[in-house]
Amino acid sequence: MSKNNSEYLISRKDNQYEVVIGLEVHAQVLSESKLFSTSATKFGAEPNTQVSLVDAAFPGMLPVINEFCVKQAIKTGIGLNAKINKRSVFDRKNYFYADLPQGYQISQFKDPIVGEGKVILDMPDGQKEVGIERLHLEQDAGKSIHDLDPQNTFVDLNRSGVALMEIVSKPDLRSPNEVSVYIKKLRSIMRYLGTCDGNMQEGSLRADVNVSVRAKGSKELGTRCEIKNVNSIKFMQMAIEYEANRQVDLIEEGKSIDQETRLFDTKKNETRSMRSKEDAHDYRYFPDPDLLPLEVSDKFIADLKNNIPELPDDKKKRFINEFKLSPYEATILVSDIDIAKYFEEVVAKMGKNKDMKLAVNWITGELFAVLNNKNLEISQSPVSAKNLAILVNLIKNGTISGKIAKTVFELMLEGDKDPQKIVEEKGLKQQSDPKALEALIDKIINDNREKAIEYKQGKEKLFGFFVGQAMKASGGKANPQLINEILKKKL
Amino acid sequence: MSIDLKTIKHISKLSRISVDDKRAEKLVDDLNSIFDFIEKLNELKTDNVEPLTSVAETTLKLRPDEVKSKNIREQIIKNSPQDNEDYFVVPKVIE
Amino acid sequence: MSEITNQSLTELVENVKNKKLSSTDITKAFIERSEKSKELNAYITEDFTSALDKAKKFDQKPNLDLKLPGIPMAVKDLFCTKGIKTTAGSKILNNFVPTYESTVTENIWNEGAILLGKLNCDEFAMGSSNETSFFGNVQNPIDKNFVPGGSSGGSASAVAGKLTPITIGTDTGGSIRQPASFTGTVGLKPTYGSCSRYGIVAFASSLDQAGPMAQNVKDCALLQEVISSYDPKDSTSIDFERNHYSKELTNNIKGKKIGIPKEYRVDGMPKEIEELWQKGIQYVKDCGAETIDISLPHTSYALPTYYIVAPAEASSNLARYDGVKYGFRASGENLIDMYEKTRSEGFGAEVQRRIMIGTYVLSSGYYDAYYLKAQKVRNLIKNDFDEAYKKVDAILTPSTPSSAFKIGEKTNDPVSMYLNDIFTVPVNLAGLPGISIPAGHDSKGYPLGLQIIGKAFDEQNILNIAFAMEQKINFKNKIMDWWIK
Repeated sequence: MSKNNSEYLISRKDNQYEVVIGLEVHAQVLSESKLFSTSATKFGAEPNTQVSLVDAAFPGMLPVINEFCVKQAIKTGIGLNAKINKRSVFDRKNYFYADLPQGYQISQFKDPIVGEGKVILDMPDGQKEVGIERLHLEQDAGKSIHDLDPQNTFVDLNRSGVALMEIVSKPDLRSPNEVSVYIKKLRSIMRYLGTCDGNMQEGSLRADVNVSVRAKGSKELGTRCEIKNVNSIKFMQMAIEYEANRQVDLIEEGKSIDQETRLFDTKKNETRSMRSKEDAHDYRYFPDPDLLPLEVSDKFIADLKNNIPELPDDKKKRFINEFKLSPYEATILVSDIDIAKYFEEVVAKMGKNKDMKLAVNWITGELFAVLNNKNLEISQSPVSAKNLAILVNLIKNGTISGKIAKTVFELMLEGDKDPQKIVEEKGLKQQSDPKALEALIDKIINDNREKAIEYKQGKEKLFGFFVGQAMKASGGKANPQLINEILKKKL
Repeated sequence: MSIDLKTIKHISKLSRISVDDKRAEKLVDDLNSIFDFIEKLNELKTDNVEPLTSVAETTLKLRPDEVKSKNIREQIIKNSPQDNEDYFVVPKVIE
Repeated sequence: MSEITNQSLTELVENVKNKKLSSTDITKAFIERSEKSKELNAYITEDFTSALDKAKKFDQKPNLDLKLPGIPMAVKDLFCTKGIKTTAGSKILNNFVPTYESTVTENIWNEGAILLGKLNCDEFAMGSSNETSFFGNVQNPIDKNFVPGGSSGGSASAVAGKLTPITIGTDTGGSIRQPASFTGTVGLKPTYGSCSRYGIVAFASSLDQAGPMAQNVKDCALLQEVISSYDPKDSTSIDFERNHYSKELTNNIKGKKIGIPKEYRVDGMPKEIEELWQKGIQYVKDCGAETIDISLPHTSYALPTYYIVAPAEASSNLARYDGVKYGFRASGENLIDMYEKTRSEGFGAEVQRRIMIGTYVLSSGYYDAYYLKAQKVRNLIKNDFDEAYKKVDAILTPSTPSSAFKIGEKTNDPVSMYLNDIFTVPVNLAGLPGISIPAGHDSKGYPLGLQIIGKAFDEQNILNIAFAMEQKINFKNKIMDWWIK
């Protein structure tokens, strides 16, 4: 397998293959109640406690659409720079399954609520545009539990009827890494919009992955396989890697690839055919006669558009222009809405005389390291934005050195202490009085006469030794710049 | 247009209704006579006609996002053929 | 005062309001007659004890402002009734007890009526003779071994046989009007969206509509007034200003333009039907209305269209009966086996046939040729009516191409059974209101009905025309109470 910076290719003997990937992401809409019923959507409730007569498909029960879910879908469409369709139609997708009480899923087949759009990915070698084919609203199914009983399957319908947005990309992705960046970007956009919490552990974001391969340089699409319902970025990457290689092997052996649905087995790290199941799958889509076409006015869309918050791409541009951040720094800071919020709060709290570079370094350096270590989200940060801003200002105005700042930061982690107070209480204020420092240095030179002579004779490395001694003698508080100046003069 | 035994078996599979051979043969006859009668529609040219999905002369009304249906698990499960306090129970699903 | 069960709803309401009769008197009378009428097999579930309790309770504190004060009534077993078994005439729902009430029945109870029981019907309302019910045939009170029509056969039989003063049915392709015609009663299929579908076991969602069945037009108008309401729980319910149909009822139809569609003169239609129609034309003229010959050119395509659209929707609507959540379950080795056995044993032959038709017309490769085609033709059929209504206020047709037939006569020939609905189906496809009123008898003395079709939401107009015609026709049902020993 060969990888250079931009290209992900699979090599066999003399042949190189390119991988073509399209994603169908299922994102759970953030809403209080379900798409067509008034039961709750909270995660983790006791089984079957969030199930209405509509969700369990009792005779004579009818769907009534949730306005907020419609708004959420349109907002997401706006976030994906997509065409919003003023008229869309709900269809029934018919199949039998234990956790599908109606015997059909209400979805949108021919006329989705959102049409074509695009998402910009920030890749190491520049930006990449990924086309969005469509976004449609549909109902989630319930959950079948197979391992509670040897003879039976148990069914929990809490999730049945929860609103999902299915976001279908064009086959524009070319590597597992791009897929990872794409998913993260989608997640980021939806979290900015508040339309999906993007929580993959709870199943709020899952994807069907379409994979095909073709000879490098070919313009034709190969036969694709769909890997169903993958629920983590890592698994998506593993599944693609496995599946692409499987397809390449088939081609190399002169065999053909069957267009089919496959399942990713996370334990064995392989995909396998679900063909047995597909047999009975002729979904018999038709417009749901219990619902009328969904029509939204220009004003309805405009009102939503006017209330769209600043999205990651715009925020990034602004960070670069306004705060003079590098594109790399800006990309990191806008990647998640909570990080961006934290950063902007730090910026605000730093006041007029601020050091943006220093603030960025502290957030992406020390703070991220701590969060990583403790496995925390930035929203759970032990250090508040306000206190981090104070710390950065203390460094900027010379009250403490960068090195002391690290000590102070460690102390701040306990109960989000005010760094100003820590500095005062522990007497960590930087020593910047030239007279005191001169006296200190005189003493050091006096104590290390031989070394001072060696230095003067040309052994310049020894300068560092003197700096170290001076810092040590000051308990680390000496202003390093002043120490340098005085040492140069005295030696 | 004629519907054969294979088609009947396929539709019976899709609609999850098992039919034995005798019944399937009867269905072949019934459906063929019904479809002979339905084929009359082919007399009409409809290329430029819009399909009519609903005669309800109204637009889809949207409801507010409010939780109104509370926990009615007992009611929901009460009618199920094989119950358990918490879940619907079905014979093992073979994947 | 005549015998209680011979009184119309209007008379009964008046007698309750005048305190000449109590709810208990009336309820007892209908229960007694129902008890003696088991041979009709009109009921699937009786709720007599509870009905009598409710009547007594009503009498203790009668609210005489209600529209149906203490009036007992049985309803088609397609309406979900809280705490009362609801079967839709099917084995698959044989043991199903809803924990909720349909909007239409809720409206009825809110106006003071009392449930007598649930009436027999074709399984999932799929049938034109009530012979597809899991609970057996229903007898037509006009003669032994004759079908009462369907699917609201139990309802028609119960009204004609005076087991209930009035009832409600549902009409997807003629299921109220055809049995009304077969039993000499009045049946109204309202405009689609007039009565809520919430809590009614669905057959074909884009066609289903609940409606009243009665002994006369005024009773029918009163019940329509009660059941029609805007319901936010049904997305196809329509929010329009509803008339006080019974209060506004008038026999003054002078100057109304009534269309006579030539396409309803079908091949092989008995002469008696044509004669009845001509008589009807004369009646409306006598009432001062004007008749105009019109054309509804796509009429002959309505039935084929219906037999695509209705089964397609039904195949999907009935997918929920899978043995998982409620109703009958056959045992199976695994989930799929359980599904296939449950649905094979739980549904009757006609329902299975329609599910199969519906599944086929929606299946991959056939959708465009059948389902989409049917939806397009449906549009043409609706356009026919729209065009006609530029010239006329209502349309007069026969209700059915024949009078009631013998039990078993058509069960082996689905297409000939389907042809029963030839005059009623176009009305459902176009979503219009239609009423069938008894207009005469055939040579055997069996009733025949005429249908008046209105513009959407124009129930008042067709009720008025029916009311005016009713007075001219002066129909007397020839029921000999043969089943009462």
